[in-house]
Amino acid sequence: MADAPLLELRGITKQFPGVLANDHVDFELAKGEVHALLGENGAGKSTLMNILYGLYHPDEGEILLNGKPVRIGSPRDAIDLGIGMVHQHFMLIPVMTVAENIVLANEPTNGPFLDLRGAEERVRELSTQFGLAVRPNARVSSISVGMQQRAEILKALYRGAEILILDEPTAVLTPQEAGELFAIVRSLQADGRSIIFISHKLNEVLEIADRITVLRQGKKIDTVPREGASPEGLARLMVGRDVVLRVEKPPAQPGETLLKVEDLVVLDERDLEAVRGVSLEVKAGEIVGLAGVDGNGQSELIDALTGLRRPSGGRILAGKKEITNASSRECLDMGLGHIPEDRQIRGLVLDFSLAENLALHDFRKEPDSKWGWLYPRRLIQRAVGLLKEFDVRGGGPRTLAASLSGGNQQKVVIAREVSRNPNILVAAQPTRGLDVGAIEFVHRRLVQERDEGRGILLVSFELDEILSLSDRILVIYEGKIVGEYEPGVSEEELGIAMTGGRRQAAA
Amino acid sequence: MSSSAPPESPTATSTLQSYFATRIGGILVPLAATVLAFFIGGLVVLITGHNPLTAYKAIFEGTGLNWFFPWVTGEAREEAANDLQQTLILMTPLVLTGLAVAFAFRCGLFNIGGQGQYWVGFFAALYLGTRLEGTPRPLHVLICIVASLVAGAIWGGIAGLLKATVGAHEVITTIMLNWIAIFGGAYLVEIGGPLQGPQSSIPRSDDVLPSAELWPIWGSLPSLHAGIFIALFALVVYSILLNRTTLGFEVRAVGFNPEAARYGGISVARNYFLALAISGAFAGLAGSVDLLGFKGGVSTGDFATNLIAFTGIAVALLGRNKAVGILFAALLFASLEIGTSTRQLDPEVFEPALATDLATMIQALVIFFVGAELLIVYIWRARRFLSPQPRIQPELER
Repeated sequence: MADAPLLELRGITKQFPGVLANDHVDFELAKGEVHALLGENGAGKSTLMNILYGLYHPDEGEILLNGKPVRIGSPRDAIDLGIGMVHQHFMLIPVMTVAENIVLANEPTNGPFLDLRGAEERVRELSTQFGLAVRPNARVSSISVGMQQRAEILKALYRGAEILILDEPTAVLTPQEAGELFAIVRSLQADGRSIIFISHKLNEVLEIADRITVLRQGKKIDTVPREGASPEGLARLMVGRDVVLRVEKPPAQPGETLLKVEDLVVLDERDLEAVRGVSLEVKAGEIVGLAGVDGNGQSELIDALTGLRRPSGGRILAGKKEITNASSRECLDMGLGHIPEDRQIRGLVLDFSLAENLALHDFRKEPDSKWGWLYPRRLIQRAVGLLKEFDVRGGGPRTLAASLSGGNQQKVVIAREVSRNPNILVAAQPTRGLDVGAIEFVHRRLVQERDEGRGILLVSFELDEILSLSDRILVIYEGKIVGEYEPGVSEEELGIAMTGGRRQAAA
Repeated sequence: MSSSAPPESPTATSTLQSYFATRIGGILVPLAATVLAFFIGGLVVLITGHNPLTAYKAIFEGTGLNWFFPWVTGEAREEAANDLQQTLILMTPLVLTGLAVAFAFRCGLFNIGGQGQYWVGFFAALYLGTRLEGTPRPLHVLICIVASLVAGAIWGGIAGLLKATVGAHEVITTIMLNWIAIFGGAYLVEIGGPLQGPQSSIPRSDDVLPSAELWPIWGSLPSLHAGIFIALFALVVYSILLNRTTLGFEVRAVGFNPEAARYGGISVARNYFLALAISGAFAGLAGSVDLLGFKGGVSTGDFATNLIAFTGIAVALLGRNKAVGILFAALLFASLEIGTSTRQLDPEVFEPALATDLATMIQALVIFFVGAELLIVYIWRARRFLSPQPRIQPELER
């Protein structure tokens, strides 16, 4: 690391309307290094990397490559300079094959014709060289998320990337897939490529990175080597205060059964069985974790429980009342709270004020309204208290939900659901996309609700979350519950159950 | 829980700033669009060899808006009053059709059926207004107006019902319902039709009875009628309905995000139906007010020339679906039309035939620029990237 850095960003500043996204940020990347960029959502990680990739232009600062200043005006320039980026949301064309996607815009030709065979050949070479298993002639729409990501990495390598930016690469992967990705990153590193690894997850940063640069509120806080770095220390750098990473909770004291599901069958949009005979129970005062890879029937199960989708078979009981075919309004009135999977699509009306969002379930009742007459001032009054109790920052009752950060939006959703005193709380991905500070808040609140005697069904793709919060763990795979575990179970064992019991990679 | 003090407390000013930014942005864009449209219109006037400033001055005086200037006195003031009455007569139904479009918009629906709803409201009022002889005037007027509200609501409600039950797109169904209303209306008043008037050779309806006419309130050529109060009252109703009732809350929630509304226990289908029915009621009201206060009757020729509800779409767009915005947008479009009409404009200054085209053009440009808001914002932002910077040619490795 004594060499001059391969890449150097100096004093990068980027101002967006109302936000200073990057404030004189310095960043260095050595050849053959894995350098993690760590920070909460909105800390400016993606902005910085988008500047490096030519998608944004800095207001101030310069970029040096091999000690020479360069101007990166567009992604094209970045690619020409040997910089590749794998975005969080993949930029692949679903109807084309992996090979076609990879060579897109750089197609090998044979005379005037596209040399597809040559393309596939080249892709195969690259994929064996770095252990990136893909099927070159498979359509992108038919391959797994993990393979799509590998295709993205191959695309960057095909274009000659010496510097590879990975933007939150593990967000969409199963634990096994994440393990495979790390192996790929190491083999790229062994080949002398340099990698910038964007993340807000402490554990994976500590596992893969040589150095870690922490951003907070657009400023570079520090760059530390992996040796000697601890999760607690990094969390403090990220958030600016001490963070309790482990969820502290007393043992559960389960009471009566609040939610009972019997042999539930639910169809998806294509009329295929997405939930195939699920039975489960949630008792008062316990958190039941439902682990599973995305797309194994979780969404349909949640929809059925919350009255958004009619089950085609089986029964749902809330306490003693049957709610199998209840509407979402009836479910809400029956004491069922629902923290939806996607706060921006379902959880909130983004163009509504916070006060209106907080009243989304109760606006028909007194004191919010009477005889169809709404009392906006009362909505605001109630919102003032809730926003304070749930520590929502970034706006008041009249602020539009759209202008809050993700973490604060989620707090608004949780405030609404919890303040209605539900018996049963269905929490789907309650911390998706949140940063450490907000996750801490959500987790503590869920445990607090549990201790107050509510039954909580936690659906999550994050094993960490399932393991640290749940009192019982169920695993769903292809629409069926395939196992029940104690919270002490290993991540490995759960991971195997989540993928249908087949052992994929040797530990 | 809040003992761990927030290291970054959000500044109150930034919230306030963004609040004002959205508020001012909401006014600024329609205003800028209008100014820009008039500017381009002025260039066209210039190309035709006239002085745009004199032309605009003449058009402005044709609208009668100079009546509001205290220094306009004597004969000029009387003339201005006459002109202003015409402008306000036209503004009245424009406000109502604008509200019709806006209400549906707020529920996420595009009601292009205002014209059909206007006509069914018009004919409901015409039918009852030419009958029920001897009814006391306030009662007769009220009956006609209520009938137009119901008729418009049914016409809009049909599209709403189709949307709510089978998901038929409201743009398609309302357009079809327009034609049903127009051809149905033409049948009613054409020669031999059931509502044809006394002269058997003219395809025109009877005029409504004097007892069904809205009261004249100002002037006589023709006079401004009490319908303007109905329109102003409708603006208040619109605003209250949307912002102060649970119905409005549901409509807005569905309009902004149907998925979140559904999750919140709101029936999306029911709101689609209600929104289009209420929207239709506004348009139907426009029909009866126009009939009872101004038109008196209808000829088959009117079906082709009366595009009041289509202008209403522009009114809603420019007015940003806000009550105050709709009032001013309706005033603008009514002024444009009256100010450039053959009757008002001095042919010495600008040929009226050209002026009518100019009005249409400015209308279109206003809509275009309001619609192109995103584009304008984009160009504004892009300026920064286009600012000259020394471009250092990257030296290629490899």
